[in-house]
Amino acid sequence: MPHSNKSYGWTGKILLIDLCTQKYEVIRPEENIYKSFLGGRGLCSYYMREIKNLMPSEIPLLFFPGALTGTKIPFAVKTIISSISPLTKTFFTSAVGGFFGWHLKKAGWDGIIITGKSQNQIGLTVKDENVSFFDCNDLKNKKASDIFHKLKPEGSAAITSIAADNGVAFSNIIIDKYFFAGRGGLGLVMANKGLKAIEVYGSCDIAVHDSENLSKGIEDSMRLVSASPSLMGELGFTEFGTSALYDLIFSRNIMPAKNFASRSFPDAEHLNAWNFKNKYPWEKTGCPNCPILCKRISSEGLLPEYNSMAHFSSLIDNRDIDIVMEANRLCNETGMDTISAASAIACYRELKDKDHSIDIIQLLKEIAFASGEGKLLIKGSSEFSKKLSSPESSMNVKGLDLPAFDPRGAYGFSLAYATSTRGGCYLQAYPLSHEILRKPIATDRFSFEGKARITKLNEDMNAAMDSLGLCRFSVNAFGLEECAKLLNAVTGEDFTAGDLMNCGERIFYNERIINYTLGFDSKDDDLPERFFESENAINRDDFLKARANYYLIRGLSPEGKPLETKTRELKLKWLE
Amino acid sequence: MAGVKEKYLQKLISQRLCNSTDPLVGFLDADLQWNRESDKTEILSQVVNSLGVSAIIYSIPREPYKSMIKYLASYEEKDFLKPEDTETRTFLHDIPIAQNLNVGELTQKLKKRKGLVLKDGSVIAQGAIGVEQAFVTFSSICFSLFVKFMCDFYYHRKNLMKMEGEVEEIAKKAIKCYEDHLLPFDKMPQSPYPFEKEDDAIAAIIEAGSLTVESGLVDSFFGNISCLFENTIYISQTGSSLDELEGYIDPCPIDNSKTNAITASSEFSTHRAIYLKKKFNAILHGHPKFSVIYSMLCDKINCPNRGKCHISCSDRRFMKDVPIVTGEVGRGKNTLLQTVPEYISGRGVIVFGHGVFTAGGSGFYEIFRNLLEIEKEALWAYKDLVF
Repeated sequence: MPHSNKSYGWTGKILLIDLCTQKYEVIRPEENIYKSFLGGRGLCSYYMREIKNLMPSEIPLLFFPGALTGTKIPFAVKTIISSISPLTKTFFTSAVGGFFGWHLKKAGWDGIIITGKSQNQIGLTVKDENVSFFDCNDLKNKKASDIFHKLKPEGSAAITSIAADNGVAFSNIIIDKYFFAGRGGLGLVMANKGLKAIEVYGSCDIAVHDSENLSKGIEDSMRLVSASPSLMGELGFTEFGTSALYDLIFSRNIMPAKNFASRSFPDAEHLNAWNFKNKYPWEKTGCPNCPILCKRISSEGLLPEYNSMAHFSSLIDNRDIDIVMEANRLCNETGMDTISAASAIACYRELKDKDHSIDIIQLLKEIAFASGEGKLLIKGSSEFSKKLSSPESSMNVKGLDLPAFDPRGAYGFSLAYATSTRGGCYLQAYPLSHEILRKPIATDRFSFEGKARITKLNEDMNAAMDSLGLCRFSVNAFGLEECAKLLNAVTGEDFTAGDLMNCGERIFYNERIINYTLGFDSKDDDLPERFFESENAINRDDFLKARANYYLIRGLSPEGKPLETKTRELKLKWLE
Repeated sequence: MAGVKEKYLQKLISQRLCNSTDPLVGFLDADLQWNRESDKTEILSQVVNSLGVSAIIYSIPREPYKSMIKYLASYEEKDFLKPEDTETRTFLHDIPIAQNLNVGELTQKLKKRKGLVLKDGSVIAQGAIGVEQAFVTFSSICFSLFVKFMCDFYYHRKNLMKMEGEVEEIAKKAIKCYEDHLLPFDKMPQSPYPFEKEDDAIAAIIEAGSLTVESGLVDSFFGNISCLFENTIYISQTGSSLDELEGYIDPCPIDNSKTNAITASSEFSTHRAIYLKKKFNAILHGHPKFSVIYSMLCDKINCPNRGKCHISCSDRRFMKDVPIVTGEVGRGKNTLLQTVPEYISGRGVIVFGHGVFTAGGSGFYEIFRNLLEIEKEALWAYKDLVF
């Protein structure tokens, strides 16, 4: 049975919860807010600015499914979780799969905004229209699988685990056991609010305006998905998950080794996807309605995805496949971001463990429980390296540890890392698609020519995709042209690809404004010195020229600051 | 990036898509730059700015495309054209028609699609992230509308649809243009076979790919090529140009023990299945126009599978001895992975609305010759049907 309100696709309601009073209100956004910010990431940035204007000291936690999440559209599964990151101190969004957004939309909500703080550890239940709270004091320092076993959610659940309980700045929010809202430490934000778990269950269908055109749009999109070798090829994500990237990235000389000191890892061929498949026979799993099913599960737990494989092997100079598997399992159970956990270890090895005598697994446990040597690393590699007066040993941008793509092997990554509103992240500009996977076309990975505009356009496109709730993998197959058709079929609106691009530009710029109010500008849009000084270094002048071009194209000042004219052109509020 | 602009300008000319003085190629990085001055650049600049894209190509295409596109755009009652070949179905969806160079109309239509045609027969293609994208779209539009015109003309001659005006002259001129380039072509792959080392295999692929474009059999992006050497499949990368394969060939162990093939052609699975099923060591796949056109001709106008022929046609069809099979691109249900490896033998196989696969056991000479012959025979068979 569809929702009874007049909107198609969107439910027209947002849940505003105050944990201090355990009371809630319903926000009913005006239509133009949906049309301007779409959903997911767009609505997160919109409401973050609204709340920060009203309550500057509040650090809200937001859960927003995309505008298409909850429909039968493949890849339309994502929920964006957002706050101010305790790791980077930037505005932060994390896109997560699983069933959470699905259920939230089906329960009749376009999002949840959580403010305030509970004195005790509590859980929140959203079951259709009903909202209630439950006691969670007995879940402290329990591993994730035990918490899910105890909760047995009727629909979907988001929880935090041991790392968040102990103040780890890169702790995750875990959805439905296998899906992680990672990177920025949003788990710690949730833990700091005294909120241990959110259960959500929805029983209604999302109202669709034109089912026939929706089916046609899905058919067109799926034709492109089938034709994408990286997604549906027999060596692509559908067969190996993102671990399929391991051989490719290594062979292109892009996989970092020894804390980015090198790109040489002689044992790579023994730790590739094929070897993991033989050692840990797996079954596929993933998000609802997904044609790819990118997750791999074995009797010993979830298999590592590409970044975890590369960082727990090459980055930390570990040649033992079992340690990679166990490190990944441990991070998942304790709720630690694998990239930042591995980066902390790599930094630790560079500064305090040059002979590699420390037990990696033991150190990871100590980080999760904030004990022993691990206590030094709970704020991340950036804080750790600063304490040891060696900030150059932390390979991060804006405090966010870099993933397993060395920008010296693909220059688009350098701009992506520098300009992402999250910090050292490639997912917003996603140069992986054009510099590595050759979609929609291949670009020269050793050139900055044209990259400023490509970076800006991809950031806009992906901001729109994130706001629609589409998985990043979808851009390896289709674009906003197909998305507009799907969105129009669901909502009955008349978006074009160009309209969605405009929304994406507005959303990204809004995030840039938030970060500016938090003190970020061009001094922070930079890379670690190591990339400009080592063998095969990036030419710093070329990088700075490309970044200056980017600022010009993005409509920022030469110092990377938002401009009033551009802000008003994008129909955003200028700074108070 | 000026180099990229010039590169694709030259490709438009060398691949006989445009005359040398016609194309306008605009590329926007920090500033919008054009390959030459024109009174049209002001309008096109406004379009680029409104769309927020990186590149645009505007040109009257060369004959026969110009007359065919002008004809189709003039007589179409809807404001878009919908060819039924794989290229359109998969990537273009449909091709909008604009009345003239009006900023508002162009912007509105290009916000929905990658390219369009104007009533005067010219083509506009945009590239969100580069000139190459605009070139691929320009080339695809020309290809798809060539195929649509010739298919429509067949049904016209069979009295199954009505085409008015100078349609016969256009068709004859198009065929002559095509024949004039294809028929005299007599270069053949010269790379030695059997291959002694990896470099020999790669050199042979590069040579055969280049000849496939030079012969006029395909435009550069329409196809893929591979060979099997010492249990490794060497295959062109996805989105690579058949005439520029150096550095764009992936070595993929046939037992899949390395996953490098994640960037290999979208037809990698089909190539691998052919090697595993049959004793072949080289495969060439291209989209030659008349093989594609011939595969789409069917007089069963009231067939319940009409419109879904590419996946649902139940007839066993042939072009002479060459089977015509169904199948969508890639893997999954109703894809050519299920049909091509099964039916490929002898000279090759034609995939409905898509292209030709040839495979052999003695390097590229034989399979290039077969691709050339199949296309020539499809052309002659088409002529027999319509004249």
